Amino acid sequence: MTFGQFLLVAVLAVPALGAVAAAAVPGDRAGRLVGTAAAALTLLATLPLVGGDHGWFGYGPRPAVQAWHQVDVSWVPGLDLRFHLGVDGISWPLVVLTALLTLLCCGYTLWRVPSGGGSGRVLVALLLVVEVGILGTFLALDLVLFFLFFEVVLLPMYAIIAGWGGEDRRRAARKFALYTLFGSVLLLVGVYVVVAAAGTADLVTLTGGAGLSRGTQFAAFTLLALAFAVKSPLWPLHSWLPDAHTQAPTVGSVILAGVLLKMGTYGLIRVAVGVAPEGARWAAPVLGVLAVAAILVGGLVCLAQDELKRLIAYSSVGHMGFVLLGVATLTATGLQAALIGNIAHGVITGLLFFLAGAIKDRAHTGSLAELSGLRETAPRLAGLLGFAAVASLGLPGLAGFWGEAFAVVAAVRRGGGLWTTLAVLAALGGALTAAYLLRLLRRVTHGRPSPAVAPLAPGLAAAELTAWAPLVLLALAVGLAPALVLSYASGPVDALVGVVTR
Amino acid sequence: MTGLLAVALPGVPLVAGLLGLLLPPSPRGAATGEGPARRAAIALGVAGAALALVAAVALLFRVDGPVEAATEWVDLGGLRITLGWRLDGVAVLVAVAVAAVALAVQVYSIGYLRRGPHDDVEVDHRYPPYAAQISLFTAAMLTVVVSGDLILLLVGWEVMGICSYLLIAHDRRLPEAPAAAVKAFLVTRVGDVGFLLGIALLGVGAGSFRIADVLAHDYSAGTLTAACLLLLAGVAGKSAQFPLHTWLPDAMAGPTPISALIHAATMVAAGVYAVARLFPLFAQAPAALAVLGVMAAVTLLLGAFAATAQDDIKRVLAWSTVSQIGYMTGALAVGAPAAALFHLLTHAAFKALLFLAAGVVIHAVGTTLMSRMGGLRAAMPVTFWCMLIGLGALAGVPPLSGFWSKDGVLAAAQAAALDGAGPAPAWVGWLVWLAGLLGVAVTAWYATRLLLRTFFGTTRVPLAHPHDPPAVLRWPVLLLAVPAALLGLAAFAPWFVDRLRVPADASGEAVELVHLAPNLVLPFLLLLLGAGIAWAGWRRDPAADPARFLGPLRPLFARAFRLDDVQHALVVRPATALARVVRTGDELGVDGLVEGSGRAAVELGGGLAALHRAALPRAAAGVLAGALLIGLAVALIGVTS
Repeated sequence: MTFGQFLLVAVLAVPALGAVAAAAVPGDRAGRLVGTAAAALTLLATLPLVGGDHGWFGYGPRPAVQAWHQVDVSWVPGLDLRFHLGVDGISWPLVVLTALLTLLCCGYTLWRVPSGGGSGRVLVALLLVVEVGILGTFLALDLVLFFLFFEVVLLPMYAIIAGWGGEDRRRAARKFALYTLFGSVLLLVGVYVVVAAAGTADLVTLTGGAGLSRGTQFAAFTLLALAFAVKSPLWPLHSWLPDAHTQAPTVGSVILAGVLLKMGTYGLIRVAVGVAPEGARWAAPVLGVLAVAAILVGGLVCLAQDELKRLIAYSSVGHMGFVLLGVATLTATGLQAALIGNIAHGVITGLLFFLAGAIKDRAHTGSLAELSGLRETAPRLAGLLGFAAVASLGLPGLAGFWGEAFAVVAAVRRGGGLWTTLAVLAALGGALTAAYLLRLLRRVTHGRPSPAVAPLAPGLAAAELTAWAPLVLLALAVGLAPALVLSYASGPVDALVGVVTR
Repeated sequence: MTGLLAVALPGVPLVAGLLGLLLPPSPRGAATGEGPARRAAIALGVAGAALALVAAVALLFRVDGPVEAATEWVDLGGLRITLGWRLDGVAVLVAVAVAAVALAVQVYSIGYLRRGPHDDVEVDHRYPPYAAQISLFTAAMLTVVVSGDLILLLVGWEVMGICSYLLIAHDRRLPEAPAAAVKAFLVTRVGDVGFLLGIALLGVGAGSFRIADVLAHDYSAGTLTAACLLLLAGVAGKSAQFPLHTWLPDAMAGPTPISALIHAATMVAAGVYAVARLFPLFAQAPAALAVLGVMAAVTLLLGAFAATAQDDIKRVLAWSTVSQIGYMTGALAVGAPAAALFHLLTHAAFKALLFLAAGVVIHAVGTTLMSRMGGLRAAMPVTFWCMLIGLGALAGVPPLSGFWSKDGVLAAAQAAALDGAGPAPAWVGWLVWLAGLLGVAVTAWYATRLLLRTFFGTTRVPLAHPHDPPAVLRWPVLLLAVPAALLGLAAFAPWFVDRLRVPADASGEAVELVHLAPNLVLPFLLLLLGAGIAWAGWRRDPAADPARFLGPLRPLFARAFRLDDVQHALVVRPATALARVVRTGDELGVDGLVEGSGRAAVELGGGLAALHRAALPRAAAGVLAGALLIGLAVALIGVTS
């Protein structure tokens, strides 16, 4: 076993063992500590994954998926199931982001356990189980394994929302679980359509169509795209998201928005587009139109929204619309924009949910009508909220810019009446994003302090700063040096575009 | 060395700004205007601007032709984005102007943002973030100036916008400030939608966003016209050109030094600079130039007439900015970028001077309304003379700077109108020329009115004791008066004129900025006419506002032709109504379908469950009926097979 293979297994095994240990260790605080340590170890294990064989020195055409490291062992020989993991430039940034956000959430839980729920160590254990599921989804190179990991996430997330959430948490959790389960059913059918037709579940072989007939590809892409559209979420399949976000505890929202949604867009790029490229080409205009509809509808709903967390949740619909628009163009520019948009949204919206949670915890309300004058009583918190909002509206120089601007550029590049119109509308959606975020800032930070805000203490806890600082720095770093995310992605993306347009 | 200086130009203020943001925003001792955090903020702000100025002046001596360097920033699927600088004479001159005004504003702010004589309560001015935001703004503007890549230019462009937003909303005592800040950012952002799309078109066409590659690429006429028109949307937003000018007067809610820096001398000039930077493209797109010419003529007159009826001294200056930038875009439209840039430079000097001097007046009398000023000449002689120079330059009194630069613009427009010179159609030349001449008279009128209402007559504020400002406010004003008076004479210096050549290489035509011809007399006569009418009106009743002669037009001019209301009715209200409709539709329609299907499933299940809960006789009957049905079916199938 090479070092890389060891790391791949460790990335999944450490959080899994950590979850068990966190739940088993006696004492609440000890459990949380153990869990946080496991999350930290996981992050440490994801970083060296980048060291590996990046080049392609072989003969013949470059394979569509070329993992830096892979583990491929037979798992259930009777069913021809393989335990096949691998990491490449498309998945690695997401893997690191997942490990980082989980660590930050565990560390945050070390400081404060959301009230009204169970013990903190159980929450940490559940977060780690969610992490295993998400990391497994990003690493799986076997379609059935991909599906299994995709499903692992669902129930612990349900438990997090239902156990530690707000007042209406049970209904929101049920809606989340049932709605995404509906998506999973479609995914299951899609996976078996592909596996039955191709006779293999190996993603490396499958990428590029693998001799699937036109009809099969159309059916497979429709099923898979619908399944991932629920998770991403793509308008009009998004309505589970605002409820889940509004009711979820802060750490749940952060994981949900930060990385859980990315399973949908990652799946769309790696599985749906990769396995059924002809289907993707066929459905791309529909996908593009829906993505732009998501951008505009998300923005308009945010403009009329009056609850802090709900507004940020709906803003995710708009932001993921840009990511999906990038994917829909099926160009190298668009796919790279989608990848960096994914990462940027994870970082920035994670930060926004942390801040919204902090404001709600302090002021005991999330209603925009009751929040006002935050910069008078808590200037640092208001400043950070301002930074996050500005990053979220896609200010050039911060992380959000690249994904959104270059989704538009990719649509312009695609050319033709439809894509040009979509580019114009998406760019207008960018102005809409600015409108609702500035409205949010004006309501929350400016003006005279409202009764809910007036008694706030100006200081921030050290734990809060520790949890937020990495996200602030990443939003700045990715904005100034997008190559941090994209330099490893260009090879795999070019290969993918090569098989899609073949 | 040149490269190092080019990077240091935006780099030093950037670092100063980022460090300044780390200082405590509301430190102890903030209310009294003292304390270590405030001193650190002052040191960082002034040092950042001063070093940028040193770098810019050093570059002035090192750069005469175009030089550039770039490294790859990122490659997005074959579209190359570079991180690089591109300097020529124009860039360096504009950089000097920006850095000089920024330094003056940083120094001036030290005195302006502390407890004033009319503050009845101690105010926490939050100086550290304020100074840091000015530094960041300076860095962003200098990025626009030196950038060699359109994406990098866009970065500076938008960061400038957000700094402007933050600084307009800075004064926490003004209830209208946050709304003005949001308006400023949103209106410019709407223009930037076009700017981004224009850049996308250019970059996609050339396969690279580097300005040198874009200028060298051969675009089709349609693409070029479309891209230039889209870019103009962004230019209109940032440079406050009709119809996206509505944010600028409201932006006067920001502190006066900010108005001087952002809303007069630098940011609003960025649009003009961007067009000049890409002028070879615009020169090939006469349709875009024609649109620019119409925009310029409308803006020029709109701003001038709106300035005639304002009572707020800052709003008079704000509208005059709108109008003067109209002269610059007019010069661009008739194909005279050098004249536009010359006016940009003189305008930066005299408008910064005017705003800082107006700030001194506001500081002394505690109001921005001219109806509560008057007779300040005796009490504030230094301010009076500086203001006189500034207003003279604005109106174009020879030999002050504005005279020469405005003459350059008018001469170019005249040449385009009469001789068909330049790339634009002749009617554009006529439009710009006539609007410019009328503008001269109106400008002289409102400049004279401002001077008379503020400094002459009897005082209308009996309680205040106005006085000339302390040194920290006085020196920036005095030093800015020098270029405001004399910069026009630079048009006689060949080294200066050569640096304004666009494009900067040998292909650029030789520039002639001064036109000592008989037609100089025409604008001068119009100037005398405008100033004379204002003076005559004031002589009749020194206590009354000369604006009363506008008659029924006065309220219309005061509200700038009610374009704010138009914008509100056509854009803001429909957008918010649409947002409410979409929200309701999304919650009741899309989510209602989801919730409804859930409820329907539950009810269906309940109904089926109720069917299965039956008393024994009915259950037995059901079982027997079922058995009968199955038996019947089997029998039938058995018969047919």
